[in-house]
Amino acid sequence: MQNVQDNVISSIAKAVPLDPETIRPHSTFEELAIDSLDVVNIVFELENTFAIKIPDDFRLSELTDVAAVTSAMQSFVGNDVSGHG
Amino acid sequence: MVEGNLHRVAVTGVGCISALGHNAAEFWCALTHGVCGIGPITKVSDNRLRVRIAAEVKNFSASSHFDRRQINLLDPFAQFALVSAAEAIKNSGLDINDHIGRRTAVVLGSGIGGDTSINHCAKMLYGQMKSGLHPLSIPRAMLNAAVSHIAISHGITGPAFAVSSACASATHAIGQAYLMVRHGMVRAAITGGSEACITLGTLKAWESLRIMAPDTCRPFSRGRKGMVLGEGAGIIVLEPWQAARKRGATILAEIVGFGMSADANNMVHPSLDGTAKAIHQCLVDARLSADCVDYVNAHGSGTPANDVIETRALHRVFGAHARKLSVSSTKSMHGHALGASGALELIATIFAINNNVVPPTMNFSGRDPECDLDYTPNQAREKPIRVALSNSFAFGGLNAVLAVKKAC
Repeated sequence: MQNVQDNVISSIAKAVPLDPETIRPHSTFEELAIDSLDVVNIVFELENTFAIKIPDDFRLSELTDVAAVTSAMQSFVGNDVSGHG
Repeated sequence: MVEGNLHRVAVTGVGCISALGHNAAEFWCALTHGVCGIGPITKVSDNRLRVRIAAEVKNFSASSHFDRRQINLLDPFAQFALVSAAEAIKNSGLDINDHIGRRTAVVLGSGIGGDTSINHCAKMLYGQMKSGLHPLSIPRAMLNAAVSHIAISHGITGPAFAVSSACASATHAIGQAYLMVRHGMVRAAITGGSEACITLGTLKAWESLRIMAPDTCRPFSRGRKGMVLGEGAGIIVLEPWQAARKRGATILAEIVGFGMSADANNMVHPSLDGTAKAIHQCLVDARLSADCVDYVNAHGSGTPANDVIETRALHRVFGAHARKLSVSSTKSMHGHALGASGALELIATIFAINNNVVPPTMNFSGRDPECDLDYTPNQAREKPIRVALSNSFAFGGLNAVLAVKKAC
């Protein structure tokens, strides 16, 4: 869980880009001024970090905060996957 | 000030970035001192390159102008455009508030658009065989990206679009903006061109045409061997004369004419009929007789073909007055910045008119019998300039010419 969360935060930081220190596990995208284009960018970064393919029909609109991304990544890769970031 | 429902069109601001500096003052200073911005290519290192020289924008630091989030979305061609637009708007003193912003246009030319981004995509896809591309690839690369960023940055919500006609892109763009201001469609226009084309793909593509000079750019000169790629952006602010005067703006010059033509002949070889027609149309639009023109900032690419055809076109349009014209090609200093060239050269022309100084054609090493006009070789010259032309002739046979008059 912790590794997934860390990799999610580092992916968001790299994609937007943002200082990772400004991203909290429960930060909302609104707080971070992340828009829909940033979300597409984040998904691209997550695919690289976790070495997965997020399906095209995945509802990006559901990703509205860091916790939602972490949860989604857990469902894609499982808790024991630390990512390749 | 309004003639037959047409507005006079004032230039109230200029901004540019090129191999000759990061702002318009540096640009003009370099032009008058005959500084040649051409040098060894530093932005691309690849032993497959035969072309080794270009006129690169030097010491440009994107982080000095933009934050990391902005840079993430900006191809260098959009960065150049944004920097120059900010300079031009500041220089104009125009306050683009909501009221003005709604009636302001952005019209920019570019030959390629986000060339760096396109090259990166090609490298990822075909070179590194990546399965996907970065999601910002399209918004970075699209040819209208610079237009959109300027609109967003300055809150401009009027007509906004990009124009592409290779080496004449900026001149065509400025021409469209001129027409919009002239006909009262907009209260102001931010216009010009931008290009950042010193990339492996573009250099190799130009190289294969065998028209690139290996030594330097010496337009109209004996021994010229072709063109040298440049890069940068030139942006100007246009306003209706009366509105500019009313707000107390300093008017740098007046755009008085615009001519266009298509050769409809050959994709790469210029046509005498086509180029002469564009110059003639410009004079007709300006309602000027040929003998009013004192200076022509030539397309002057430095290729053997262009410079002879352009010389003949000037003879055809100007007749005996051609011998009295001062002509120069500032590409000998800032290189051929493709879709930005017309804007850089118009800015050079505006400065020339304002200062009564003709910038030189540098690297001129002797007279070519087929190029028999006064090309202002190697040294700037003081000369009263009432009206000047800026010529742009593009591959594909698309020609555009602007006429500029001293503000009075």
